[in-house]
Amino acid sequence: MDRAETDQTIRRLIEPFNKKRVAITDATTFAGDLEFDSLTVMDFVAAIEDDFDVIISMNQQAEIETYGQLVDAVHKLQADR
Amino acid sequence: MSEGISQPDKPETLEGDSRDLFSKFDDLIAMREGLLATGQEDPFNLVMEKVLSPTRAICNGRDTILLGTYNYMGMTFDPDVVEAGKQALDDFGSGTTGSRVLNGTYQGHKECEDALREFYAMDHAMVFSTGYQANLGIISTIAGKGDYIVLDIDSHASIWDGCAMGKAEVVPFKHNDLEAMEKRLRRIPEGAGKLVVLEGVYSMLGDIAPLKEMVAVAKKYGAMVLVDEAHSMGFIGEHGRGVCEQAGVIDDVDFIIGTFSKSVGTVGGFCVSNHPKFEIMRLVCRPYVFTASLPPSVVATAATSIRKLMRGSNKRAHLWENSKRLHGGLKDLGFQLGTEEPQSAIVAVIMPDLEKGAAMWEALLKEGLYVNLARPPATPANMTLLRCSLCAEHSEEEVETILGMFERAGNAVGII
Ligand SMILES: Cc1ncc(COP(=O)(O)O)c(C=O)c1O
Repeated sequence: MDRAETDQTIRRLIEPFNKKRVAITDATTFAGDLEFDSLTVMDFVAAIEDDFDVIISMNQQAEIETYGQLVDAVHKLQADR
Repeated sequence: MSEGISQPDKPETLEGDSRDLFSKFDDLIAMREGLLATGQEDPFNLVMEKVLSPTRAICNGRDTILLGTYNYMGMTFDPDVVEAGKQALDDFGSGTTGSRVLNGTYQGHKECEDALREFYAMDHAMVFSTGYQANLGIISTIAGKGDYIVLDIDSHASIWDGCAMGKAEVVPFKHNDLEAMEKRLRRIPEGAGKLVVLEGVYSMLGDIAPLKEMVAVAKKYGAMVLVDEAHSMGFIGEHGRGVCEQAGVIDDVDFIIGTFSKSVGTVGGFCVSNHPKFEIMRLVCRPYVFTASLPPSVVATAATSIRKLMRGSNKRAHLWENSKRLHGGLKDLGFQLGTEEPQSAIVAVIMPDLEKGAAMWEALLKEGLYVNLARPPATPANMTLLRCSLCAEHSEEEVETILGMFERAGNAVGII
Protein backbone atom coordinates (compact mmCIF):
# COMPACT_ATOMS: atom_id res chain seq x y z
CA MET A 1 0.00 0.00 0.00
CA ASP A 2 1.49 3.42 -0.90
CA ARG A 3 1.15 6.53 1.24
CA ALA A 4 -1.84 7.83 -0.73
CA GLU A 5 -3.76 4.62 -0.10
CA THR A 6 -2.88 4.69 3.59
CA ASP A 7 -4.07 8.30 3.66
CA GLN A 8 -7.38 7.33 2.04
CA THR A 9 -8.05 4.56 4.49
CA ILE A 10 -7.28 6.75 7.52
CA ARG A 11 -9.50 9.49 6.06
CA ARG A 12 -12.36 7.00 5.96
CA LEU A 13 -11.61 5.77 9.51
CA ILE A 14 -11.49 9.26 11.01
CA GLU A 15 -14.90 10.28 9.68
CA PRO A 16 -17.04 9.04 12.58
CA PHE A 17 -14.68 10.78 15.04
CA ASN A 18 -14.59 14.08 13.14
CA LYS A 19 -17.79 15.33 14.76
CA LYS A 20 -17.32 18.94 13.72
CA ARG A 21 -16.54 18.07 10.10
CA VAL A 22 -13.19 19.81 10.24
CA ALA A 23 -11.49 19.90 6.80
CA ILE A 24 -8.49 17.61 7.24
CA THR A 25 -5.03 18.39 5.86
CA ASP A 26 -1.64 17.01 6.80
CA ALA A 27 -1.25 19.94 9.24
CA THR A 28 -4.51 19.30 11.12
CA THR A 29 -3.78 18.64 14.80
CA PHE A 30 -5.70 16.07 16.85
CA ALA A 31 -5.71 17.90 20.17
CA GLY A 32 -6.10 21.44 18.83
CA ASP A 33 -8.11 21.33 15.58
CA LEU A 34 -10.06 18.10 16.07
CA GLU A 35 -10.39 18.49 19.87
CA PHE A 36 -9.93 14.74 20.45
CA ASP A 37 -10.06 13.80 24.13
CA SER A 38 -8.26 10.75 25.47
CA LEU A 39 -11.27 8.45 25.00
CA THR A 40 -11.70 9.48 21.37
CA VAL A 41 -7.98 8.96 20.83
CA MET A 42 -8.24 5.43 22.24
CA ASP A 43 -11.18 4.49 20.00
CA PHE A 44 -9.67 6.10 16.91
CA VAL A 45 -6.29 4.42 17.45
CA ALA A 46 -8.05 1.08 17.95
CA ALA A 47 -9.91 1.54 14.65
CA ILE A 48 -6.63 2.17 12.81
CA GLU A 49 -4.83 -0.68 14.57
CA ASP A 50 -7.61 -3.12 13.67
CA ASP A 51 -7.81 -2.01 10.05
CA PHE A 52 -4.05 -2.08 9.40
CA ASP A 53 -3.30 -4.89 11.89
CA VAL A 54 -0.53 -2.87 13.55
CA ILE A 55 0.26 -1.60 17.07
CA ILE A 56 0.57 2.12 17.68
CA SER A 57 1.90 2.21 21.24
CA MET A 58 1.24 5.17 23.54
CA ASN A 59 4.93 6.03 23.18
CA GLN A 60 4.50 6.36 19.41
CA GLN A 61 1.22 8.25 19.85
CA ALA A 62 3.03 10.83 21.97
CA GLU A 63 5.17 11.72 18.95
CA ILE A 64 2.17 12.22 16.68
CA GLU A 65 0.49 15.61 16.75
CA THR A 66 -0.80 16.10 13.22
CA TYR A 67 -2.77 14.08 10.71
CA GLY A 68 0.20 13.99 8.34
CA GLN A 69 2.46 12.57 11.03
CA LEU A 70 -0.12 9.85 11.70
CA VAL A 71 -0.28 8.84 8.04
CA ASP A 72 3.53 8.72 7.90
CA ALA A 73 3.70 6.62 11.06
CA VAL A 74 1.08 4.10 9.93
CA HIS A 75 2.66 3.92 6.47
CA LYS A 76 6.02 3.14 8.05
CA LEU A 77 4.57 0.58 10.50
CA GLN A 78 3.05 -1.28 7.58
CA ALA A 79 6.24 -1.21 5.57
CA ASP A 80 8.16 -2.60 8.57
CA ARG A 81 5.80 -5.46 9.11
CA MET B 1 -1.42 12.05 19.42
CA SER B 2 -0.11 14.13 22.22
CA GLU B 3 -2.64 15.93 24.29
CA GLY B 4 -0.25 18.87 24.36
CA ILE B 5 -1.74 22.18 23.42
CA SER B 6 -0.47 23.59 20.17
CA GLN B 7 1.83 26.48 20.87
CA PRO B 8 2.97 29.50 18.89
CA ASP B 9 6.55 29.40 17.60
CA LYS B 10 7.60 32.48 19.48
CA PRO B 11 7.38 32.58 23.26
CA GLU B 12 4.58 34.85 24.38
CA THR B 13 5.72 38.07 26.00
CA LEU B 14 5.39 37.82 29.74
CA GLU B 15 3.18 40.42 31.34
CA GLY B 16 4.93 41.42 34.54
CA ASP B 17 5.58 38.20 36.42
CA SER B 18 2.02 36.89 36.12
CA ARG B 19 3.02 33.86 34.06
CA ASP B 20 5.21 31.23 35.58
CA LEU B 21 5.39 27.44 35.81
CA PHE B 22 2.06 27.43 37.63
CA SER B 23 0.19 29.04 34.73
CA LYS B 24 -0.64 25.61 33.32
CA PHE B 25 -2.96 25.07 36.31
CA ASP B 26 -5.03 28.22 35.73
CA ASP B 27 -8.01 26.41 34.20
CA LEU B 28 -8.20 23.98 37.09
CA ILE B 29 -7.88 26.78 39.64
CA ALA B 30 -10.70 28.68 37.92
CA MET B 31 -12.92 25.60 37.85
CA ARG B 32 -12.44 24.98 41.57
CA GLU B 33 -13.06 28.61 42.44
CA GLY B 34 -16.22 28.55 40.35
CA LEU B 35 -17.51 25.51 42.21
CA LEU B 36 -16.70 26.87 45.67
CA ALA B 37 -18.15 30.32 44.84
CA THR B 38 -21.58 28.70 44.76
CA GLY B 39 -21.22 28.10 48.51
CA GLN B 40 -20.46 24.42 47.99
CA GLU B 41 -18.46 22.69 50.75
CA ASP B 42 -15.10 21.69 49.30
CA PRO B 43 -15.27 17.96 48.51
CA PHE B 44 -11.49 17.72 48.43
CA ASN B 45 -10.75 19.47 51.70
CA LEU B 46 -12.69 17.53 54.31
CA VAL B 47 -11.15 17.21 57.76
CA MET B 48 -11.96 14.38 60.15
CA GLU B 49 -11.59 15.93 63.57
CA LYS B 50 -12.20 12.70 65.43
CA VAL B 51 -12.39 9.09 64.29
CA LEU B 52 -14.76 7.12 66.48
CA SER B 53 -14.57 3.71 64.78
CA PRO B 54 -13.93 2.23 61.31
CA THR B 55 -17.39 3.48 60.30
CA ARG B 56 -17.91 6.72 62.28
CA ALA B 57 -16.08 10.05 62.51
CA ILE B 58 -16.65 13.70 63.34
CA CYS B 59 -16.25 15.45 59.95
CA ASN B 60 -16.42 19.24 59.69
CA GLY B 61 -18.08 19.21 63.14
CA ARG B 62 -20.73 16.56 62.27
CA ASP B 63 -21.15 13.00 63.48
CA THR B 64 -20.77 11.13 60.21
CA ILE B 65 -21.14 7.57 58.92
CA LEU B 66 -18.11 6.73 56.79
CA LEU B 67 -19.03 5.16 53.45
CA GLY B 68 -16.06 6.37 51.48
CA THR B 69 -13.00 4.83 53.07
CA TYR B 70 -11.12 1.74 51.94
CA ASN B 71 -11.38 0.25 55.40
CA TYR B 72 -13.20 -2.77 53.92
CA MET B 73 -12.53 -5.18 56.75
CA GLY B 74 -12.65 -2.63 59.57
CA MET B 75 -9.19 -3.52 60.91
CA THR B 76 -8.08 0.00 61.92
CA PHE B 77 -9.39 -0.27 65.49
CA ASP B 78 -8.94 -4.00 65.96
CA PRO B 79 -7.57 -4.34 69.51
CA ASP B 80 -4.89 -6.90 68.56
CA VAL B 81 -3.73 -4.76 65.65
CA VAL B 82 -3.52 -1.59 67.76
CA GLU B 83 -1.74 -3.45 70.56
CA ALA B 84 0.87 -4.86 68.16
CA GLY B 85 1.59 -1.36 66.92
CA LYS B 86 2.01 0.03 70.44
CA GLN B 87 4.30 -2.82 71.41
CA ALA B 88 6.50 -2.25 68.35
CA LEU B 89 6.68 1.47 69.07
CA ASP B 90 7.94 0.65 72.57
CA ASP B 91 10.35 -2.06 71.45
CA PHE B 92 11.70 -0.68 68.17
CA GLY B 93 11.06 3.07 68.23
CA SER B 94 9.20 5.36 65.87
CA GLY B 95 11.07 4.80 62.60
CA THR B 96 13.88 2.97 60.83
CA THR B 97 15.59 6.00 59.25
CA GLY B 98 16.87 3.87 56.40
CA SER B 99 16.34 1.85 53.25
CA ARG B 100 15.29 -1.80 53.29
CA VAL B 101 18.65 -2.74 51.76
CA LEU B 102 20.74 -0.87 54.33
CA ASN B 103 19.69 -0.32 57.94
CA GLY B 104 15.90 -0.40 57.37
CA THR B 105 15.06 -4.11 57.59
CA TYR B 106 13.94 -5.02 61.12
CA GLN B 107 12.53 -8.25 62.48
CA GLY B 108 9.07 -6.75 61.89
CA HIS B 109 9.61 -6.32 58.15
CA LYS B 110 10.60 -9.97 57.89
CA GLU B 111 7.57 -11.06 59.93
CA CYS B 112 5.32 -8.97 57.74
CA GLU B 113 6.71 -10.63 54.61
CA ASP B 114 6.27 -14.04 56.27
CA ALA B 115 2.63 -13.22 56.94
CA LEU B 116 2.13 -12.24 53.28
CA ARG B 117 3.77 -15.42 51.99
CA GLU B 118 1.46 -17.43 54.20
CA PHE B 119 -1.62 -15.39 53.31
CA TYR B 120 -1.08 -15.91 49.56
CA ALA B 121 0.65 -19.32 49.82
CA MET B 122 3.46 -17.97 47.63
CA ASP B 123 7.25 -18.27 47.76
CA HIS B 124 8.25 -14.61 47.81
CA ALA B 125 6.94 -11.40 49.32
CA MET B 126 8.45 -7.94 49.12
CA VAL B 127 7.11 -5.06 51.22
CA PHE B 128 7.24 -1.49 49.82
CA SER B 129 6.52 1.79 51.57
CA THR B 130 3.22 2.21 49.65
CA GLY B 131 1.16 0.33 47.07
CA TYR B 132 1.87 3.16 44.67
CA GLN B 133 5.58 2.42 44.97
CA ALA B 134 5.01 -1.33 44.61
CA ASN B 135 3.39 -0.81 41.19
CA LEU B 136 5.86 1.87 40.22
CA GLY B 137 8.82 -0.28 41.22
CA ILE B 138 7.85 -3.72 39.95
CA ILE B 139 6.42 -2.61 36.61
CA SER B 140 9.25 -0.20 35.75
CA THR B 141 11.90 -2.72 36.75
CA ILE B 142 10.63 -5.79 34.91
CA ALA B 143 9.40 -4.07 31.71
CA GLY B 144 12.05 -1.86 30.13
CA LYS B 145 12.90 -0.39 26.76
CA GLY B 146 11.85 -2.69 23.93
CA ASP B 147 9.44 -4.72 26.10
CA TYR B 148 5.66 -4.39 25.69
CA ILE B 149 3.11 -3.70 28.42
CA VAL B 150 -0.51 -4.47 27.55
CA LEU B 151 -2.88 -2.92 30.09
CA ASP B 152 -6.48 -1.92 30.69
CA ILE B 153 -7.20 1.72 29.81
CA ASP B 154 -8.82 2.25 33.26
CA SER B 155 -5.68 1.25 35.18
CA HIS B 156 -4.68 3.03 38.39
CA ALA B 157 -2.29 5.99 38.22
CA SER B 158 0.48 3.99 39.90
CA ILE B 159 0.36 1.45 37.05
CA TRP B 160 0.56 4.15 34.37
CA ASP B 161 3.43 5.82 36.18
CA GLY B 162 5.28 2.50 36.45
CA CYS B 163 4.87 2.01 32.69
CA ALA B 164 6.18 5.51 31.94
CA MET B 165 9.15 5.14 34.26
CA GLY B 166 10.29 1.87 32.67
CA LYS B 167 10.11 3.19 29.09
CA ALA B 168 8.50 0.01 27.74
CA GLU B 169 6.11 0.25 24.78
CA VAL B 170 2.71 0.87 26.37
CA VAL B 171 -0.33 -0.63 24.65
CA PRO B 172 -3.68 -0.02 26.34
CA PHE B 173 -6.92 -1.81 25.51
CA LYS B 174 -10.57 -0.92 26.13
CA HIS B 175 -11.73 -1.58 29.68
CA ASN B 176 -12.31 -5.29 30.40
CA ASP B 177 -12.42 -6.07 26.66
CA LEU B 178 -10.93 -9.54 26.22
CA GLU B 179 -10.96 -9.42 22.42
CA ALA B 180 -9.22 -6.03 22.32
CA MET B 181 -6.58 -7.38 24.71
CA GLU B 182 -5.98 -10.49 22.59
CA LYS B 183 -5.66 -8.50 19.36
CA ARG B 184 -2.92 -6.36 20.89
CA LEU B 185 -1.02 -9.35 22.24
CA ARG B 186 -1.20 -11.01 18.84
CA ARG B 187 0.36 -7.99 17.10
CA ILE B 188 3.40 -7.68 19.38
CA PRO B 189 6.57 -8.44 17.42
CA GLU B 190 8.02 -11.91 17.85
CA GLY B 191 10.62 -12.21 20.58
CA ALA B 192 9.66 -9.05 22.49
CA GLY B 193 9.12 -9.31 26.28
CA LYS B 194 5.45 -9.03 27.22
CA LEU B 195 3.75 -8.01 30.45
CA VAL B 196 -0.03 -7.90 30.90
CA VAL B 197 -1.20 -5.68 33.77
CA LEU B 198 -4.71 -6.13 35.15
CA GLU B 199 -6.64 -5.20 38.28
CA GLY B 200 -8.91 -7.55 40.21
CA VAL B 201 -11.41 -4.85 41.16
CA TYR B 202 -11.48 -1.54 39.28
CA SER B 203 -12.02 1.01 42.00
CA MET B 204 -13.99 3.62 40.09
CA LEU B 205 -17.02 1.51 39.15
CA GLY B 206 -16.36 -1.39 41.51
CA ASP B 207 -16.45 -3.90 38.66
CA ILE B 208 -14.17 -6.92 38.45
CA ALA B 209 -12.00 -8.15 35.57
CA PRO B 210 -12.78 -11.42 33.73
CA LEU B 211 -9.49 -12.80 35.02
CA LYS B 212 -10.13 -16.44 34.12
CA GLU B 213 -10.33 -15.62 30.42
CA MET B 214 -7.79 -12.81 30.44
CA VAL B 215 -5.05 -14.71 32.25
CA ALA B 216 -5.55 -17.69 29.92
CA VAL B 217 -5.16 -15.46 26.85
CA ALA B 218 -2.09 -13.73 28.29
CA LYS B 219 -0.46 -17.13 28.92
CA LYS B 220 -1.37 -18.32 25.41
CA TYR B 221 0.75 -15.45 24.04
CA GLY B 222 3.62 -16.10 26.45
CA ALA B 223 3.10 -12.92 28.48
CA MET B 224 3.83 -12.50 32.17
CA VAL B 225 0.81 -11.38 34.18
CA LEU B 226 0.67 -8.87 37.02
CA VAL B 227 -2.61 -8.37 38.87
CA ASP B 228 -3.22 -5.46 41.22
CA GLU B 229 -5.55 -6.79 43.91
CA ALA B 230 -5.61 -3.59 46.00
CA HIS B 231 -9.41 -3.53 46.38
CA SER B 232 -10.06 -7.25 46.81
CA MET B 233 -7.51 -8.40 49.40
CA GLY B 234 -9.10 -9.83 52.51
CA PHE B 235 -12.56 -9.85 50.97
CA ILE B 236 -12.82 -11.61 47.60
CA GLY B 237 -11.89 -15.29 47.17
CA GLU B 238 -12.16 -18.14 49.64
CA HIS B 239 -9.06 -17.04 51.57
CA GLY B 240 -9.39 -13.37 50.68
CA ARG B 241 -6.56 -13.59 48.16
CA GLY B 242 -8.50 -11.64 45.57
CA VAL B 243 -10.30 -11.95 42.27
CA CYS B 244 -7.56 -14.20 40.87
CA GLU B 245 -8.32 -16.68 43.65
CA GLN B 246 -12.06 -16.44 43.02
CA ALA B 247 -11.46 -16.98 39.29
CA GLY B 248 -9.22 -19.97 39.98
CA VAL B 249 -6.18 -18.55 38.17
CA ILE B 250 -3.91 -17.51 41.03
CA ASP B 251 -1.32 -20.15 40.05
CA ASP B 252 -1.00 -18.65 36.56
CA VAL B 253 -0.50 -15.10 37.82
CA ASP B 254 3.19 -14.14 37.99
CA PHE B 255 2.88 -11.16 40.34
CA ILE B 256 0.20 -9.93 42.70
CA ILE B 257 0.46 -6.32 43.84
CA GLY B 258 -1.37 -5.17 46.93
CA THR B 259 -1.57 -2.48 49.56
CA PHE B 260 -1.88 -2.22 53.34
CA SER B 261 -3.88 1.01 52.95
CA LYS B 262 -7.21 -0.71 52.36
CA SER B 263 -8.36 -3.98 53.99
CA VAL B 264 -5.18 -4.29 56.05
CA GLY B 265 -5.91 -0.91 57.59
CA THR B 266 -2.52 0.80 57.75
CA VAL B 267 -0.08 1.95 55.06
CA GLY B 268 2.39 0.12 52.82
CA GLY B 269 2.44 -1.98 49.67
CA PHE B 270 3.70 -5.33 48.48
CA CYS B 271 4.34 -7.74 45.67
CA VAL B 272 4.06 -11.53 46.04
CA SER B 273 5.34 -14.01 43.46
CA ASN B 274 6.48 -17.57 42.86
CA HIS B 275 9.11 -16.56 40.31
CA PRO B 276 12.37 -18.36 41.19
CA LYS B 277 14.48 -15.25 40.58
CA PHE B 278 12.14 -12.83 42.37
CA GLU B 279 14.52 -11.94 45.21
CA ILE B 280 16.82 -10.04 42.82
CA MET B 281 14.13 -7.35 42.76
CA ARG B 282 15.35 -6.18 46.15
CA LEU B 283 18.57 -4.98 44.58
CA VAL B 284 17.40 -3.58 41.26
CA CYS B 285 14.04 -1.99 42.05
CA ARG B 286 14.67 1.71 42.66
CA PRO B 287 11.41 2.62 44.47
CA TYR B 288 12.29 -0.18 46.91
CA VAL B 289 15.94 0.76 47.40
CA PHE B 290 15.92 4.55 47.38
CA THR B 291 13.34 5.28 50.07
CA ALA B 292 13.06 4.64 53.79
CA SER B 293 11.36 1.46 54.99
CA LEU B 294 8.06 1.48 56.87
CA PRO B 295 8.16 2.26 60.61
CA PRO B 296 8.23 -0.79 62.93
CA SER B 297 4.76 0.00 64.31
CA VAL B 298 3.30 -0.02 60.79
CA VAL B 299 4.73 -3.41 59.79
CA ALA B 300 3.68 -4.84 63.16
CA THR B 301 0.07 -3.68 62.68
CA ALA B 302 0.14 -4.94 59.08
CA ALA B 303 1.44 -8.40 60.00
CA THR B 304 -1.12 -8.78 62.78
CA SER B 305 -3.95 -7.60 60.54
CA ILE B 306 -2.93 -9.90 57.64
CA ARG B 307 -2.89 -12.91 59.97
CA LYS B 308 -6.34 -12.02 61.28
CA LEU B 309 -7.66 -11.58 57.73
CA MET B 310 -6.72 -15.21 57.04
CA ARG B 311 -9.47 -16.16 59.48
CA GLY B 312 -11.93 -13.50 58.38
CA SER B 313 -14.54 -15.59 56.59
CA ASN B 314 -17.43 -14.40 58.82
CA LYS B 315 -16.53 -10.79 58.22
CA ARG B 316 -16.25 -11.47 54.49
CA ALA B 317 -19.76 -12.94 54.50
CA HIS B 318 -21.19 -9.91 56.34
CA LEU B 319 -19.45 -7.49 53.97
CA TRP B 320 -21.05 -9.28 51.02
CA GLU B 321 -24.45 -8.93 52.71
CA ASN B 322 -23.84 -5.20 53.13
CA SER B 323 -22.73 -4.75 49.55
CA LYS B 324 -25.77 -6.61 48.20
CA ARG B 325 -28.22 -4.69 50.40
CA LEU B 326 -26.78 -1.26 49.55
CA HIS B 327 -26.59 -2.05 45.84
CA GLY B 328 -30.14 -3.43 45.71
CA GLY B 329 -31.53 -0.60 47.85
CA LEU B 330 -29.96 2.17 45.79
CA LYS B 331 -31.13 0.52 42.58
CA ASP B 332 -34.70 0.31 43.93
CA LEU B 333 -34.55 4.02 44.83
CA GLY B 334 -33.84 4.75 41.17
CA PHE B 335 -30.15 5.61 41.27
CA GLN B 336 -27.98 4.71 38.31
CA LEU B 337 -25.16 2.41 39.44
CA GLY B 338 -21.76 1.48 37.99
CA THR B 339 -22.56 -2.24 37.82
CA GLU B 340 -25.77 -4.21 37.23
CA GLU B 341 -24.96 -6.55 40.13
CA PRO B 342 -22.73 -5.94 43.15
CA GLN B 343 -19.26 -7.28 42.28
CA SER B 344 -17.14 -5.91 45.13
CA ALA B 345 -17.36 -3.75 48.26
CA ILE B 346 -17.56 -0.63 46.05
CA VAL B 347 -20.91 0.64 44.84
CA ALA B 348 -20.55 3.57 42.43
CA VAL B 349 -23.51 5.90 41.99
CA ILE B 350 -23.40 7.70 38.64
CA MET B 351 -24.22 11.42 38.81
CA PRO B 352 -25.63 13.35 35.84
CA ASP B 353 -22.84 15.98 36.02
CA LEU B 354 -20.22 17.49 38.33
CA GLU B 355 -22.53 20.23 39.71
CA LYS B 356 -25.29 17.77 40.66
CA GLY B 357 -22.66 15.35 41.97
CA ALA B 358 -21.10 18.00 44.20
CA ALA B 359 -24.55 19.09 45.41
CA MET B 360 -25.48 15.49 46.20
CA TRP B 361 -22.17 14.95 47.96
CA GLU B 362 -22.84 17.98 50.15
CA ALA B 363 -26.45 17.01 50.84
CA LEU B 364 -25.27 13.58 52.02
CA LEU B 365 -22.59 15.14 54.21
CA LYS B 366 -25.25 17.30 55.86
CA GLU B 367 -27.32 14.15 56.41
CA GLY B 368 -24.26 12.74 58.18
CA LEU B 369 -22.84 10.48 55.46
CA TYR B 370 -19.41 10.63 53.86
CA VAL B 371 -18.94 9.16 50.38
CA ASN B 372 -16.15 9.71 47.82
CA LEU B 373 -16.76 12.21 45.06
CA ALA B 374 -14.85 11.13 41.95
CA ARG B 375 -14.68 13.31 38.88
CA PRO B 376 -12.88 13.49 35.55
CA PRO B 377 -10.12 12.90 34.65
CA ALA B 378 -9.78 10.23 37.37
CA THR B 379 -13.02 8.55 36.22
CA PRO B 380 -13.76 6.39 33.17
CA ALA B 381 -15.77 8.02 30.35
CA ASN B 382 -15.58 11.39 32.13
CA MET B 383 -18.28 10.39 34.61
CA THR B 384 -18.93 12.05 37.95
CA LEU B 385 -19.36 9.36 40.58
CA LEU B 386 -20.32 9.09 44.22
CA ARG B 387 -18.34 6.08 45.28
CA CYS B 388 -19.59 4.15 48.27
CA SER B 389 -17.26 1.63 49.83
CA LEU B 390 -18.65 -0.64 52.46
CA CYS B 391 -17.03 -1.94 55.60
CA ALA B 392 -17.51 -5.28 57.31
CA GLU B 393 -18.20 -3.23 60.46
CA HIS B 394 -21.23 -1.44 59.00
CA SER B 395 -24.22 -2.94 60.80
CA GLU B 396 -27.38 -3.99 59.01
CA GLU B 397 -29.18 -1.03 60.60
CA GLU B 398 -26.48 1.37 59.43
CA VAL B 399 -26.98 0.25 55.85
CA GLU B 400 -30.72 0.99 56.18
CA THR B 401 -29.92 4.42 57.66
CA ILE B 402 -27.59 5.07 54.72
CA LEU B 403 -30.35 4.20 52.23
CA GLY B 404 -32.69 6.67 53.98
CA MET B 405 -30.06 9.39 53.67
CA PHE B 406 -29.61 8.68 49.98
CA GLU B 407 -33.37 8.83 49.43
CA ARG B 408 -33.75 12.25 51.12
CA ALA B 409 -30.64 13.74 49.51
CA GLY B 410 -31.50 12.34 46.08
CA ASN B 411 -34.99 13.86 46.25
CA ALA B 412 -33.67 17.22 47.50
CA VAL B 413 -31.12 17.48 44.70
CA GLY B 414 -33.56 16.16 42.12
CA ILE B 415 -31.61 13.11 40.98
CA ILE B 416 -34.27 10.49 41.70
C1 LIG C 1 -5.71 -0.17 42.18
C2 LIG C 1 -4.78 0.51 43.13
N1 LIG C 1 -3.47 0.22 43.11
C3 LIG C 1 -2.60 0.81 43.94
C4 LIG C 1 -3.01 1.76 44.87
C5 LIG C 1 -1.98 2.45 45.72
O1 LIG C 1 -2.03 2.04 47.03
P1 LIG C 1 -1.35 2.88 48.20
O2 LIG C 1 -2.44 3.68 48.83
O3 LIG C 1 -0.79 1.85 49.13
O4 LIG C 1 -0.27 3.73 47.60
C6 LIG C 1 -4.36 2.05 44.95
C7 LIG C 1 -4.86 2.98 45.97
O5 LIG C 1 -4.95 4.15 45.84
C8 LIG C 1 -5.26 1.45 44.04
O6 LIG C 1 -6.55 1.78 44.06
